[in-house]
Amino acid sequence: MTMDKKISLPVITPDGRPPEAQPKWRHDFPIDVPEADYVARRDFTKFMVLTSFAFVIGQFWIGLKRAFRRESAGTSAQRIASVAAVPVGGAVSFSFPKPNDACLLMRTGTDDFVAYSAKCTHLSCAVLPDVKNNALRCPCHNGLFDLATGRPLAGPPSRPLPRIRIEVRKGEIFATAVEERMT
Amino acid sequence: MNRDSNREQLSTVIYGILCIVLILLVLQLWLLSATMNAYLGGDESIVWPAAWASVACFLLNAGLLWQVFRLES
Repeated sequence: MTMDKKISLPVITPDGRPPEAQPKWRHDFPIDVPEADYVARRDFTKFMVLTSFAFVIGQFWIGLKRAFRRESAGTSAQRIASVAAVPVGGAVSFSFPKPNDACLLMRTGTDDFVAYSAKCTHLSCAVLPDVKNNALRCPCHNGLFDLATGRPLAGPPSRPLPRIRIEVRKGEIFATAVEERMT
Repeated sequence: MNRDSNREQLSTVIYGILCIVLILLVLQLWLLSATMNAYLGGDESIVWPAAWASVACFLLNAGLLWQVFRLES
């Protein structure tokens, strides 16, 4: 086996100098740089198109979630507590419409009740009622919501808490629907 | 020399295609995040139009990729 075997170097070299001026190691590992760059860009484009397809899958996943949510949207009224069981300035936690959907009912006045989902709209931490200060607080990232409207006042949350519609019937408080809101 | 100039032209075209693909990809990312935000906020009317817009972007991207392979052959 001879070591002085002639290897033809591609015309285009990384530094633009002629092949004769290139170091010996470059003769041992000849790379056609423009060709290598072209292949890298082509493969990168392929990867980007694959990512594009992943985004389409994500969009359709949201669409399917919407379809399934609509199917299970038919919720009936659910008793939360009796009016006497919730003192003015007090709060009661309950689940609505599903057992894992934590909510909060708060009594802000003698005849005034408000109820919201207890999941922070930032990262779903449990919010804590602060009725005295007319606020709901998320301890995870110091999110602050207005008690009267459920809208975000401070911190990272950008969307209001989903409002739970409530009805008072013969001294009993019922949750009737969930109202999702953008603003 | 002619081979080199052809390669340079090809490189320029590939760069152009790559830029358009990236712009479309950023648009799709924005669509996805905006749709998710709207969906979680209860605005569901935007879900399917955004999905079809994303499909259109993907088809454009796929067409551009096909162009890349066509240029190669």
